[in-house]
Amino acid sequence: MSDFAVTRATPESRIAALVALIVVAGLAAAPWWMERNSIRVAGEMLIYVGLASLWNLLAGYGGLVSVGQHAYVGLGAYILFAFGILLGAPPLAVVPVAGVAAAILALPVSMLVFRLRGAYFAIGTWVVAEVFRLTAAQVTVLGGGSGVSLPIAIVRSIGSTREMREFVVYDATLAVTLGIIAGIFFIARSRWGLALQAIRDSEIAAETSGVDVAGAKRLLYVAAAAGAAMLGALISLAKLRITPDSAFSVNDWTAYVIFITVIGGIGRIEGPIVGTILFFVLRETLADLGPFYLIALGAVAVVTMLFAPKGVYGLIAERFHIQLFPIARRVAIGAATKGDAQE
Amino acid sequence: MEWLNAVAQGVLIGGLYALFAAGLSLIFGVMRLVNIAHGDLIVLAAYVVLLIVGVTGLNPLVAIFIAAPVMAAFGYGLQRLLFNRTLGDDILPPLLVSFGLSVILQNILLIAFSADSRKLDAGAIETASWTLAPGLTLGLLPLLMFATALAVIGALQFMFYRTSLGRALRATSDDQEVARLMGYDNRHLYGVAMALSLAVVAVAGAFLAVRANFIPSAGPARLIFGFEAVIIGGLGNLWGTLIGGVILGVAQSLGAMIDPGWQLLAGHLAFLLVLAVRPQGLMPRISA
Repeated sequence: MSDFAVTRATPESRIAALVALIVVAGLAAAPWWMERNSIRVAGEMLIYVGLASLWNLLAGYGGLVSVGQHAYVGLGAYILFAFGILLGAPPLAVVPVAGVAAAILALPVSMLVFRLRGAYFAIGTWVVAEVFRLTAAQVTVLGGGSGVSLPIAIVRSIGSTREMREFVVYDATLAVTLGIIAGIFFIARSRWGLALQAIRDSEIAAETSGVDVAGAKRLLYVAAAAGAAMLGALISLAKLRITPDSAFSVNDWTAYVIFITVIGGIGRIEGPIVGTILFFVLRETLADLGPFYLIALGAVAVVTMLFAPKGVYGLIAERFHIQLFPIARRVAIGAATKGDAQE
Repeated sequence: MEWLNAVAQGVLIGGLYALFAAGLSLIFGVMRLVNIAHGDLIVLAAYVVLLIVGVTGLNPLVAIFIAAPVMAAFGYGLQRLLFNRTLGDDILPPLLVSFGLSVILQNILLIAFSADSRKLDAGAIETASWTLAPGLTLGLLPLLMFATALAVIGALQFMFYRTSLGRALRATSDDQEVARLMGYDNRHLYGVAMALSLAVVAVAGAFLAVRANFIPSAGPARLIFGFEAVIIGGLGNLWGTLIGGVILGVAQSLGAMIDPGWQLLAGHLAFLLVLAVRPQGLMPRISA
């Protein structure tokens, strides 16, 4: 009929899918070929890829700039410890429970913080995280302000040896992070993704086009809370000990996450992955410098925001016109005969 | 009487929170910028006062008169060189740039002054107090702090509504494009607004340093107190901000009476309660 077709897939996205498949298979098999220390770093990287992807979903797609996501990371950790210590529940089974519980709690919280707009919303989420942290410090059965360790019997239920436990937690982290990325990928391709893009570009225009702006934002906030809580539960499993200050650390679970997303490239699925790699390279080379390292990190984020607001990946993608995750549609003239995406 | 005393102390500490909040409220009102680094700038001001006292031997409260112009000049530069580049329709750049600045400031202070807690000595004024009734004692320093808050807010209010600078600031706040057509230089006005904000920050920092111990990482909590005072009082109303600070101070002071662990929590809960029942704040701006 005509000699053009609307496609999402591109040659490089097909190659990327293949490479991603190999990488994921390699990561899943890490216990068989990586050293224990490398696996620990890889697990930490996966946590940050997951958290940054969630923050990117909130800020990059929904325009919801939260600086309080550590509320849900800490909540997940505390839920895992509460179920383990009080009920003796198997930790890995509690990970999805933590997600559901955080989603349920995030709903009423969203009703409060959504009354604040823009930057005030940001600080409002921070207050919520403070409330969670201070409340956790009041729970004496979970160690109050000084924290608590996971009982040995519970720890043993994950795996009999230390190596075994680390592998199990690592693979669970890989599964949750992949689930988060896949979830975001499908949201971005769905009607919701279109609605979110419309909201990001102009809230008023989206509203007048019939997009349920408030509903879409609430969905994002609740989903991001659930994801952060599951990752938080896994973080606590890797550490086997929680304190309110570390579980609800604004630096570890919000500041670094924001820097990763900004440096990598906000508003693109690939951004947080690129950002995490850059963050760990910076950390491995500069971490010995202590506060100087943090100053450098802050400065890099400020400079990125001022001069390359789309981040490193944004620069690359625009320079070379590549799209690794097939999300945006493009018109391919003369492509219909190749039988790609014709309807 | 114990409770009445707690309320009185809470009211007076509310003056300090209003000082934290006034600078934040001012720049939000003029350029819709929420400065995440505001708390860290307050702590920076406390260290600036510490340096001035160390060099000159002045009383910290007198040192404010040197610290305020220094901080104001810093604020003007910060706005012209950094924040003016981030202003636009997108809220992300100013937010993230000020967030990055916050981390940078905290760690510069950590390198320069170590993590040890500091406190400044304001002399006899710190221990002087009036006993109004048995169990109800008002310290001279908290009273002075509250009076300073009243004076600062009164002066800002006068500046905004009675001077030509205030008219210019209100004009850019209402519609920056029309204000530019009328010949106002936005970039300069924003610089002036940030300078004023940081002059107030210098006052707040000096009182912070005299009242209690402070450390380089004390900023975010000060930002949150100031922010809560702004929201409780109602956006755009400086006297409302004072009321907001007082409510926050009283809530914290009563919370501490129940259990020391409840001090901060009670303040946050008061804030969330206001957000739930009266999200526009207690005294929102009556007219534009």
